[in-house]
Amino acid sequence: MSLFTVERGSTRQTQLRLAGLTVLAVVAVAIPFLFGPYRVSQFTLVLIYAIAVLGLNLLVGYSGQISLGHGAFFCLGAYTGAILLDRTSIPHLLTVPAAGLVCFAAGLALGLPALRLRGLYLALVTLAIAIATPVLIKRFDGLTGGSQGISIQQPKPPASLGLADDQFLYFLSLVVAVPLFWFASGIVRRNVGRALIAMRDDETAARTMGVNLATFKTRAFGLSAAYAGVAGSLFTFANGFVAPESFTLTVSFAFLAAIVVGGLATVAGALFGALFIVFVPVWSSDVDEALSGVIYGATLIACMYVFRGGIMGLLRSAWGRIAEVQGTTTGRSDDEVGEEVAVAGDVRRTGAGARGMRS
Amino acid sequence: MERFIQLVIDGIAIGSIYGALALALVLIFRSTGIVNFAQGEMAMFSTFVAWALVQAGLPLGLALLAALAASFGGGMLIERVIIRPVEGEDPLTILIVTLGLFILVNSGAGWIWGFNNRGFPRALPGGSTTVAGVRLSYESLGIVAVLLVVVGLLWLLFEKTKLGLAMRAAAANPASSRLVGISVGRTLAIGWGLAALLGALAGVLVAPQLFLDVNFMGGVLVYSFAAATLGGFDSPKGAVIGGWIIGVAETLAGDYIGFIGSDLTILVPLAIIFGVLLVRPNGLFGSPEVVRA
Repeated sequence: MSLFTVERGSTRQTQLRLAGLTVLAVVAVAIPFLFGPYRVSQFTLVLIYAIAVLGLNLLVGYSGQISLGHGAFFCLGAYTGAILLDRTSIPHLLTVPAAGLVCFAAGLALGLPALRLRGLYLALVTLAIAIATPVLIKRFDGLTGGSQGISIQQPKPPASLGLADDQFLYFLSLVVAVPLFWFASGIVRRNVGRALIAMRDDETAARTMGVNLATFKTRAFGLSAAYAGVAGSLFTFANGFVAPESFTLTVSFAFLAAIVVGGLATVAGALFGALFIVFVPVWSSDVDEALSGVIYGATLIACMYVFRGGIMGLLRSAWGRIAEVQGTTTGRSDDEVGEEVAVAGDVRRTGAGARGMRS
Repeated sequence: MERFIQLVIDGIAIGSIYGALALALVLIFRSTGIVNFAQGEMAMFSTFVAWALVQAGLPLGLALLAALAASFGGGMLIERVIIRPVEGEDPLTILIVTLGLFILVNSGAGWIWGFNNRGFPRALPGGSTTVAGVRLSYESLGIVAVLLVVVGLLWLLFEKTKLGLAMRAAAANPASSRLVGISVGRTLAIGWGLAALLGALAGVLVAPQLFLDVNFMGGVLVYSFAAATLGGFDSPKGAVIGGWIIGVAETLAGDYIGFIGSDLTILVPLAIIFGVLLVRPNGLFGSPEVVRA
């Protein structure tokens, strides 16, 4: 069947993981030196979107709450950053945590009503919020600059680094993205992640096991929004400009497409999802302006029919053919059990029969 | 006072359009438990078909009939090809598929007809009459009349025909319906066809006022969601009455609340969706959800 087997929890497995991460790190650092400025700015966008997509995946993929409005948090983060830079003289980097905090608070606030809304109704409310966002920005033009938008000074690299502007923006985004990915992959494997997954798969059972639904749901919302907000503030750096047109419903839909394509309830999937939503429009716009939408739509539907695990699911099954991971549950670390639970959740979801729809 | 009555009547007219699209949502929700996020985009596509037929030289009446028939067929086809494979899956899966359909139809129309907005010919006569100082446009009256006729026809279909009985049975209990020889798949497809037809009707009625472009039904969909939520997602009566309430609330809020004006009317359905879901999640006429824990 598979080419070789790896003992679970063995040094071999750890070595393989480290090797994989090293390759990824080398590629990530090499990118800005291998491509021209235009391409590098696209990879910067990939990193930025990946943060927002990861946040959305924590909410949708892990905790099972559907949000179609994450473009709104992304927008809130971007405008928080832009307004701070425009009105005050705070250093660029401080706007990133500021945007994260503002969105965390907004996410908690939206998480509260979300406690009473499940499934499709939550989707409806968040969709309405996403639609209302550009309208509200235009209305509060005193603060937001209306449809004119706000231009800001992009962060400049310190001369000592010897980096070009585009390379600096890339590394700035990378430096923000890496700890956020590390943090997310940490929590989803530990008790928080397991609580979220349990809640997604069966609320009653989760509550019986002692998961406080209200706490976890609102915090998942807050955290997810904070990720989107941080991404938004980085987007402001990368763009040097914010305007309502950048935050239409399309953004929210693209994020959703990205989590599905990358793989629901995966951390690394966010990166693939972000690559998809950055490069599909770039390449398809040569053919027709509408083609990227056609591809998004068709891919979403195709994913649900054929490969529900998204790209990560495909990679996992491909890897399963190369190496088989052996071992028993006993004596395993929390990390691995957590990972297993996440995967089991995917499988259950794929095989899900008729579940209650009118939730 | 005249102004108030005027606004209420305008609200009922536009609310009838929301009601028609909400009725389409309710029709699908009742039979399959799916909230079809793509309903508005399907209606947009149908409206474009009608527009293209008019451009091709067909008389307006004939073009509308052809577009409505095509919508019925298209709705059945979508149910069969796209929805059937995921029927009965968990909400997230179905939501993603209907959103995929939303994006696909939206961009598909953009690809075929471009992203410019276009004028759409009025199917209803222009002009107006004045009753007791209140101006009643024939168009508004016509829209309300069309909605009432449609509701009447649907009532006849569901209550007085064998097909309607089969559709209600298939919605209530698919397994038992199969046992008595009802083709559940066919009734579901017809349900989607009818919903697409209703949506198309809403589209061609509202297009002359909004201008036709690929995103013109997006706003209407939000209002219709609000109407269906307010009325109760499984209540046709609720959809129509909900549509009227939303329409009236929109015109009144737009006129009397200075902060909202003409730009922020989208906040009205948003607030109503929020409020209803928090206070009375089943809406005014919906039946409460029964969950076996």
